[in-house]
Amino acid sequence: MRRLGLRFAALGYLAAILVAPVGLVFYRAFQHGVDAFWASITTPDALHAFKLSVIIAVIAVVANTVFGVTCAIAIVRWKVPGRGLLNALVDLPLALSPVVVGLGLFLVYNSRTGWLGPWLSDHGIQMLFALPSMVLATIFVSLPFVVREVVPLLREIGTEQEEAAATLGSPAFATFRRITLPAIRWGVAYGVVLTTARALGEFGAVSIVSGRIEGQTQTLPLYVQDRYDSFDSVGAYSASVLLALLAMATVVAMTFFKPKEGTS
Amino acid sequence: MALARAATLPLPVERAPSGRALGFGLVTAYLSLIVLLPLAALVWSSGKGGLGSFWDAISAPEGVAALELTLGVSLVVAAINAVTGTLIAWVLVRDTFWGKGIVNTAIDLPFALPTIVAGLTIVVLYGPRSPIHVHATYTRYAIALALLFVTLPFVVRTVQPVLLELDREVEEAAASLGAGPFETFRRVVFRNIFPAILSGVALAFARAIGEFGSIVLISGNLPFKTQVASLYIFGRIESGDPHGAAAVSVLLLLITLAVLLGIGVVRHYSTRHDHA
Repeated sequence: MRRLGLRFAALGYLAAILVAPVGLVFYRAFQHGVDAFWASITTPDALHAFKLSVIIAVIAVVANTVFGVTCAIAIVRWKVPGRGLLNALVDLPLALSPVVVGLGLFLVYNSRTGWLGPWLSDHGIQMLFALPSMVLATIFVSLPFVVREVVPLLREIGTEQEEAAATLGSPAFATFRRITLPAIRWGVAYGVVLTTARALGEFGAVSIVSGRIEGQTQTLPLYVQDRYDSFDSVGAYSASVLLALLAMATVVAMTFFKPKEGTS
Repeated sequence: MALARAATLPLPVERAPSGRALGFGLVTAYLSLIVLLPLAALVWSSGKGGLGSFWDAISAPEGVAALELTLGVSLVVAAINAVTGTLIAWVLVRDTFWGKGIVNTAIDLPFALPTIVAGLTIVVLYGPRSPIHVHATYTRYAIALALLFVTLPFVVRTVQPVLLELDREVEEAAASLGAGPFETFRRVVFRNIFPAILSGVALAFARAIGEFGSIVLISGNLPFKTQVASLYIFGRIESGDPHGAAAVSVLLLLITLAVLLGIGVVRHYSTRHDHA
């Protein structure tokens, strides 16, 4: 009886806070039929927003994967000074407000008073209200995930095999490619999934640095807000459903790639 | 013999110092460009007009009200999470029912769902067109609901693994010695999962005070009423006052750092406790 009570309390809370709201967005998106849904996610602005989101996410994921693996190796394997600081810095984007991130980038790159903005714009490079700053913002907020997944794996596998390979004359990079990488590949994959989800969904930081120019610097999450504010609720719901489907795919992928904890 | 000789051979980590220097340089440059540079600009900009103007910026009545609201709602949300998160983790570990795997997977959805979509889902159910006739938009309750949505995974995911590892024999022993279920939970289970709850709550709190995307659509952004700190900062930037925005941001940054430090202390203490 008590067990049933707890179960219903937990599931009831989840239903009220998670399942019902998300379910209702799906219902609203398809309320006027699949055609209306399809029409509203295939408008030129929606398609452009989707494409832009994908481009930014791909760049951020590639950059953060290369960085993430290198950084994890630096934290675990190399006895460099300042590793503690490195660790703390990597964690910071997890907790920092996206608005604060956007403001920081704004202060560096705006072309009037920024630290680098005026110089860059003199040389014809437009950072703010354009792709580069949006990419930087997205990289910032999605930076920790690959590092966080690879660090514990590297600790776990130890150095014996790597040392054995090296004693047998394997060059450092070959050792990495043939010993280390296969051992950490699932962690990297898990990190990549998390990074992708975070990058596709980023709103606050990108909202500040992009200028939210329709058809130009509007990512899919920004498009959702724009549609909502223009009273095009079907447009907002449809784009949200698209993003929600991507999020669900992410969550399912997470259960596949998840390191073995939870079964023990 | 061979082993002894192998031990004298140089280890791989010492063999490729050039590659390592390159890698370390890359990591440092990347972090400096992506993370440190914007944060440095932020701190510099907040202090540009001297301590006086920094103080003026963070003591503007509108900003103070926004910060108070943010901290207050975040505390309430963190406290609710302590209870519901522990409850959900408990049910997921100790209970068995049809569809548990799906529920367990769904817990991560708020993490993967874009924050603006999270906000929209709350508007749809608890907004002006609510099918259940709850109109919470433009109130503090709406902000709390959005924050409860986005912070859902934190406590569940920190408590769950600890509950899984917990030795049930101790609980059985307590029960056989006459402790009631509540007594057993309080004196055996709770003591063990408390550090995990605390760090989950702190993570949820840190996330809540910085939250932006899920609140944009539902708060109405009314100064002194429903304006949270992140939206206040956003408003300062939009109205051409980046220095004022930077000052409040630095304050938010300091609070976040303090919370992260607190989590570090809790983790340190709880792991030391384990080994003792």
